Amino acid sequence: MAQPLLEVRDLQTHFELEDGVVKAVDGVSLTVPRGRTLAVVGESGCGKSVTARSILRLVERPARIVGGQILLYGDEPSDDPLDLLAAKDKRLREVRWSDIAMVFQEPMASLSLVHTIGNQIVEAIRLHDEIGKVAARERAIEMLGRVGIPDPKRRIDSYPFELSGGMRQRAMIAMALSCRPRLLIADEPTTALDVTTQAQILDLLQDLQQELGMAIMLITHDLGVAAQVADEVAVMYLGEVVEHGPATSVLSAPKHPYSQALVRSVPRLGQRGQARLAAVRGTVPPPYERPSGCRFHPRCDAFMAGKCDLTVPTRVRADDTDVACLLYGEENR
Amino acid sequence: MLRFLARRLLWMAITLAAISFVTFVVIKLPPGDYTTTVIANAEARGQDIPDSQIAELKRHYGLDKPFLVQYWTWISGVVLHGDLGQSFAWNQSVASLIGNRVMLSILLSIGSLLFVWSIAFPIGIYSALRQYSPGDYVASFLGFIGMAVPEFMLALVMMWIGFRYFGQSVGGLFSPEYADAAWNLGKLLDLISHLWVPIVVVGVAGTAGLIRITRANLLDELHRPYVATARAKGLPEWKLLLKYPVRMSLSPFFSTVGWLLPGLISGETIVSVVMSLPTSGPLLLGAVRSQDMYLVGSFVLILSALTVIGTMLSDLALAWWDPRIRHRLSKG
Amino acid sequence: MVQTIQEQPAPPPQAAPEVVKSLRDHGALPQWRLMWRQFRRHRLALIGLVVLVPIYFVAVFSGFFAPAASDSAHTSLPYAPPQRVHLSTEHGLFVYGYSSTRSQETFEQTFTVDRSKIVDVGLFVRGDEYKVLGLIPSDIHLIGPTTKGEPFFLLGADQSGRDLLSRLIHGAKVSLSIGLVGVAASFVLGILIGGISGYFGGPVDNAIQRVIEFIMSIPTLPLWMALSAALPNSWGPLTRYFAITVILSLIGWTGLARDVRGRFLSLREEDFVMAARLDGVGQRGIIVGHMVPSFASHIIASVSMAVPRMILGETSLSFLGLGLQAPAVSWGVLLEGAQNIRAVATAPWLLTPGLAVVVVVLAMNFVGDGLRDAADPYK
Repeated sequence: MAQPLLEVRDLQTHFELEDGVVKAVDGVSLTVPRGRTLAVVGESGCGKSVTARSILRLVERPARIVGGQILLYGDEPSDDPLDLLAAKDKRLREVRWSDIAMVFQEPMASLSLVHTIGNQIVEAIRLHDEIGKVAARERAIEMLGRVGIPDPKRRIDSYPFELSGGMRQRAMIAMALSCRPRLLIADEPTTALDVTTQAQILDLLQDLQQELGMAIMLITHDLGVAAQVADEVAVMYLGEVVEHGPATSVLSAPKHPYSQALVRSVPRLGQRGQARLAAVRGTVPPPYERPSGCRFHPRCDAFMAGKCDLTVPTRVRADDTDVACLLYGEENR
Repeated sequence: MLRFLARRLLWMAITLAAISFVTFVVIKLPPGDYTTTVIANAEARGQDIPDSQIAELKRHYGLDKPFLVQYWTWISGVVLHGDLGQSFAWNQSVASLIGNRVMLSILLSIGSLLFVWSIAFPIGIYSALRQYSPGDYVASFLGFIGMAVPEFMLALVMMWIGFRYFGQSVGGLFSPEYADAAWNLGKLLDLISHLWVPIVVVGVAGTAGLIRITRANLLDELHRPYVATARAKGLPEWKLLLKYPVRMSLSPFFSTVGWLLPGLISGETIVSVVMSLPTSGPLLLGAVRSQDMYLVGSFVLILSALTVIGTMLSDLALAWWDPRIRHRLSKG
Repeated sequence: MVQTIQEQPAPPPQAAPEVVKSLRDHGALPQWRLMWRQFRRHRLALIGLVVLVPIYFVAVFSGFFAPAASDSAHTSLPYAPPQRVHLSTEHGLFVYGYSSTRSQETFEQTFTVDRSKIVDVGLFVRGDEYKVLGLIPSDIHLIGPTTKGEPFFLLGADQSGRDLLSRLIHGAKVSLSIGLVGVAASFVLGILIGGISGYFGGPVDNAIQRVIEFIMSIPTLPLWMALSAALPNSWGPLTRYFAITVILSLIGWTGLARDVRGRFLSLREEDFVMAARLDGVGQRGIIVGHMVPSFASHIIASVSMAVPRMILGETSLSFLGLGLQAPAVSWGVLLEGAQNIRAVATAPWLLTPGLAVVVVVLAMNFVGDGLRDAADPYK
């Protein structure tokens, strides 16, 4: 198997609250392939956003990364990978944006409203590349043009609130790509946008990936979005990855009962009108009380008493996907 | 922007007109008028003033005319000739009485404003950035105390300490040798050396309030997504804090002028009474006591006008500082 | 094709508040218990409450707690210094009396503790008459000289030889109640005007906001001074008390009105208000049944912050001689005696009413702060 770009190993990020510890991310392992798109899907609260933020160590109190490794591999297979969780602050700041950049959900909130877009993009460029103001500004204009902002020469001096929602997100993407990162983490980048704009932004991301060759880690709760752009999919439930594999397999023939339930709950064109949508049975359990054994067992249709509630499943290979379920693999039997 | 300026100026003019009317109504509220005071004073001396003389007094001061006419006479004099009317008690023109005093009041208030800003913002920012640190607790506690101590108490305590332990009076703004001297460098230095005590005393309450506001504002901003973006960009921590959340939280720097100024002027009034500073405070108190209506009215009018002008300037500054406000204004 | 997981709408940008919120929701405590829980966590607020409750209790039963009536004077003992209570087997509780000497040059009177004069002190002694809660006549005092009329000045005496402690306790009645009464008045104004402004919005809102801005732009103290000067000197203490209250609240309502308006504006957009409207609930029903309960806690918090401001206002006015006037006693009136710095230098205990003001206002600010935090249990 080819060396991935980024590998997350047994990541644990906990919220240390007054009433106890919430293990929002509790042993997440996943890999992001080079130049391709990994979609991380799951219900809200499953820890996918926290995972994304943990990669660049952006979590703030009361959240804290308590364990795991985040390995960023170099261009040559012989290069030693860099563990971002162990890296010094200065080294980490160099990685931020020049190797890994991020796009957030709400462009209005994640851009500063009192600085022009140009100011914010030029700042990022000049932070990582030693070029002059004029050159940086030119590159910013070029990036703005590339993400499809009309009249970028004029728009560069706009404030974010002077742009429409879609244009703002384009500007945000332009900023994220301004240092040519190898990985773009997009945390629900289209959730705040209307459906048409959403599709445009997704197309744009795919085009830019073709052009610039970066990998994309897309965090989304929307299986449709994942189906449209992902090469690989990781399904998260209660702070861990339960299934990880090629998008075609995971989305069309999911193995884990949770993934199956998720896919069933999605409306499809052509489905008979009378057929009811199946919601995932039950509700997400309260955060302090993690179910024993397999975390999904209280909601699982394939629950095996005396087994699922006792044994913690390990991740096993089934066909081309990894799945953490006692239904699969010799070790789990 | 120009339209905004024009609208703001118009609004200011309306406000000032309303203030002048309200103050005039207020002065006219007490039953009786200046002649009542004259009669009372005369009776206290055991004299009796004949009715004809009272009527003469009333006519002389225009007190026998209808209310609106009196108001009009007064306000048109103010606007057209800068004539603030005549102080009954001092038998002098109001303008000559209060000119210097108002200047010193302005000086004191602006001094306090600068003091408040220069103390409150650094402490507020520190408090927010080091939330729950010992320094934050100390600042918060001092802030609470500052808000709870009335200015005049502080002034009294300062005076008492000065009197008791340094054997000198901290009151006044000038040493005796300069009190009646013409303005020169020595007098100016003397003024500054006296001025800091009242500036601190007047500024304490405002400082306390502004520390809390700055801290709360910055705490609000610190965890916004745009800060996470800046951090993700790889900016060093102190640099990104200063450029983004701190800058955002500094809008109160301007918008607080609107409430700071009235508070400072109020504080200045009472502190001046306690410390017997030659500002508007003591004279206003005396005028209020003797119902010297034109004097009271002029003070309220001038102090309010200063506040309104100060607030407008701060609005303009805020528009300059915050592009969102400019944007909203240009939209209408 | 648009596919969406049916479970939940868009997740918030940050996970932390969401996690916290779901935790709290899980407890599903009623709002007031959540508030109390949050309030208890605010240690300063609890301290404030612990300080305030006894002070108000003493103020309500001032006749009993004060050793003497507010106007009983020992004219021969102006500015007598504070006494210390001693305990001995021979005398029980007692304080030493004073002997005074008058300097021949300055005519200044100085007091020294005279160990030959013993003033017996007792608990639950008979002294000046008063009425409990203004109804039941009594002359029992918690502490005082066993022989009526002996000097007993735990906090010293004022310029007329009146016991400062007694006057402080009697003054608490006015000083503490004026804040509450004043706030009650501005509360009504604030809720009414702010509610109208926030509920109707548009030009009504605009006009009211301009008026509020106008009132706020006038420096309060000069205006208070001007207004109080308008009060006739012939008015009795009670009338004057209410007049001062009205003056304080005439200006004090603006802040509250702004708060209420802000709440109304944000609530108007909330889903549950829309739902109520779609259900055909009338305007009054919406306001009373849905909007008021949901911001009552905020209003309580901002009201609690307004009380200390009123107390400070009364104190400042009375201090300047423009508020309440003797023979009424309030802390401000007592402080008027401290205007003269020479008097303060000879009798620093004259500043104790100021200390009382600071303590009470501080405690109230703490409580208000705690209430404000508690009003937002999810924050």
